[in-house]
Amino acid sequence: MLSRAADALFWLARYMERIDNLARLIEAAQSMAGVSSEAEEWRSALAAAGVDELYDEAYSEITPDSAARFLCNGTNPSSIINCIANARINARAMRTSLTRDMWEAVNQGWIESRVLQERHFSPAVLPETLDWVRQLSTRFTGAYETTMLRSDSYWFVRLGAALERADNTARILDVKYHLLLPRESSGVGGMLDYYQWTSVLRAVSAVRAYQWLYREEVKPWNVAEMMILRPEMPRSLRSCYDTITLCLDELAKSHGGRRGECHRMAGSIAAELRFGRISDIFQTGLHETLTVHIDRARELGDQISNLYMR
Amino acid sequence: MRNFFDEMHGADGELRPAYAAIAQWLAETPPEVLQTKREEAERLFRRVGITFAVYSEGGSDTERLIPFDIIPRVLDADEWGLLERGLKQRVAALNRFLTDAYGPREIVKAGIFSNEHIDTHPAYCKQMQGVAVPGGIYTHIAGIDLVRTGVNDFYVLEDNCRTPSGVSYMLENRAVMMRLFPELFARVGVAPVARYPQDLLATLRSLSPADDEEPCVVVLTPGQYNSAYYEHSFLADEMGVELAEGQDLLVVGKHVYMRTTAGPKRVHVIYRRIDDDFLDPLVFRPDSALGVPGLMEAYREGHVALANAPGAGLADDKAIYMHVPEMIRFYLGEEPILKNVPTWDCANEGALAYVLDHLEELVVKETRGSGGYGMLVGPHANKKTRDAFAKKLRRNPSAYVAQPTLALSTCPTFAGEEAAARHVDLRPFVLSGANGVRIVPGGLTRVALQDGSLVVNSSQGGGTKDTWVLHTNGNGKGAR
Repeated sequence: MLSRAADALFWLARYMERIDNLARLIEAAQSMAGVSSEAEEWRSALAAAGVDELYDEAYSEITPDSAARFLCNGTNPSSIINCIANARINARAMRTSLTRDMWEAVNQGWIESRVLQERHFSPAVLPETLDWVRQLSTRFTGAYETTMLRSDSYWFVRLGAALERADNTARILDVKYHLLLPRESSGVGGMLDYYQWTSVLRAVSAVRAYQWLYREEVKPWNVAEMMILRPEMPRSLRSCYDTITLCLDELAKSHGGRRGECHRMAGSIAAELRFGRISDIFQTGLHETLTVHIDRARELGDQISNLYMR
Repeated sequence: MRNFFDEMHGADGELRPAYAAIAQWLAETPPEVLQTKREEAERLFRRVGITFAVYSEGGSDTERLIPFDIIPRVLDADEWGLLERGLKQRVAALNRFLTDAYGPREIVKAGIFSNEHIDTHPAYCKQMQGVAVPGGIYTHIAGIDLVRTGVNDFYVLEDNCRTPSGVSYMLENRAVMMRLFPELFARVGVAPVARYPQDLLATLRSLSPADDEEPCVVVLTPGQYNSAYYEHSFLADEMGVELAEGQDLLVVGKHVYMRTTAGPKRVHVIYRRIDDDFLDPLVFRPDSALGVPGLMEAYREGHVALANAPGAGLADDKAIYMHVPEMIRFYLGEEPILKNVPTWDCANEGALAYVLDHLEELVVKETRGSGGYGMLVGPHANKKTRDAFAKKLRRNPSAYVAQPTLALSTCPTFAGEEAAARHVDLRPFVLSGANGVRIVPGGLTRVALQDGSLVVNSSQGGGTKDTWVLHTNGNGKGAR
């Protein structure tokens, strides 16, 4: 397939995955209203989305309303609305590589996004708007899973989605990492901590999953383990890297066995996650581990591009 | 008020057999239902993204739908048979002319054209002189614009040999009609058009310079901001070939390759939807980033086929158009089947004088113009407009030709509450490959949606209709 097509599909999937993560991030921040410091909660959401500095340039203070609007719309290039527009540009550039269902999901989403007005991002209507965003992302995922031929195009789409998800999970965990560190002074197991850890779980839609896996009260190391190492969690780094290596292996197969640095890197990260222990991660430092993951996700993206998209 | 030939009611108001089923359907379908269906059609078009881009007007909504009319335009089998023979003949002559103009120039020796007439032409491509093109075909995909004035009176208005567009509308219009009105198709025997992409692919593959390899065909597009981008992607998709931009192709050792995830892959045939000027910055416009450096050399060496051939636009000019009937006699030794509209070439002094005297009854067009811009429709213009145009005309007469205003036929068209007569034209598409000529029964019918308007261009308020070619000459009952 054309290198440009691989690039467009990869980024299309990343943008469609990103809007889902942004919507969950906003929902998690909202759920903390009245429980903890709102400003701190929204700052961490902005940081997880990687737009906290941009936000500070545009606003002098953080209010839930302005932060939510910034993440959804407005001047922020990574806002939900802009991600949808970028997804459509990529989809349109390579329409021939998309199935009709995929295109219609993206195009319909884009058409609907264009009629959204200020009021759709107001506190009263926002939950409904975010539901729509998550449904859009799910519709897209459903469209490619059910309609795409299992050819290179499909593996590039899945690869983009998995890499984006790994990056988002690492970011969400990282901005909340201080919450996950056991704190003696504030009394572990207190009401506030409980809400905050739950909000982390909510951001990756894993509140129920936690109960199924651990059957005990929310504990920080469990949350970290679940999101980094557990293969059952579809948003854990482990799951994401299992998918990434699967996609890269399939691509190597269809390219006559040709492999590159991206294959080595992804394999090495996947092995670490597979054999890693949460106690070792806490010993190294959770923040340090996650920072390395965020950097490596970026580097891996570059290496994939080097091999297939130039 | 002039009398127009109406394709449903003829000139005398009597229902023509080809439209019997349509008339019955219109009589039994309430306007509200038609209105609902019209809205549904628009939703379908928008969801699929069949839009064309409009940038000149500013504003944020740069993607427009061409209005679609849900009442089909019908041609019976005999009418189509006549058109088909006429189109084959005309395109054969045009291809012979192009091969001749870029080759031995027999037509100049015969005194029909002068060398100057050809050489000074803006669409003449001097880089193509003496280049042997595959199969002697320049225009592999031709769109011939036809109008009708009577039962058997079809005129060619314009030949589009360069890169005609619109075929995606022909296909999508049919798909939408079949989805909206399946019961109507069950009643009437309509010839299918869906095989066009396969015909196009077969035509393109026939041009491949490599006998020993599976031909690799690509569609070359200027990109998603081009107004016809939807069509480019649609055709590539329907044919199952790559949709490439200039940046995706490269020339190495006079062969063309595309950049793929598995490295460079050889390309044999390029259906290019970018203009001559932008094809290759080494040969044409050096500032063009849309094309492929070295493409023309690979083409001249015969390592890649281009459809349509560079320079094919020479035949589109209205000053060349005038002579197509002579070309048909000269190259084919046949009498033209399709009529040409009488045309006065204002470069000629006698003709200019006549045109200036009869401005109120003529249509004056720029020789190189297209899209309905820069023309004067004499009968619809006031004296002031005509006088202003006469001035332009005197200043640069050779830039204009004039034609009588034709009494364009009308078709029933849904005008909000009921079906009303609106003027139409027709663009069928003629495919010429090394292995023969193919024409899908139908084409793109454009309709002037304004009451009384003769301008069907989508850029000026025109719409489109599905075009039905019947298997029979009756109302289709009992047809297969």
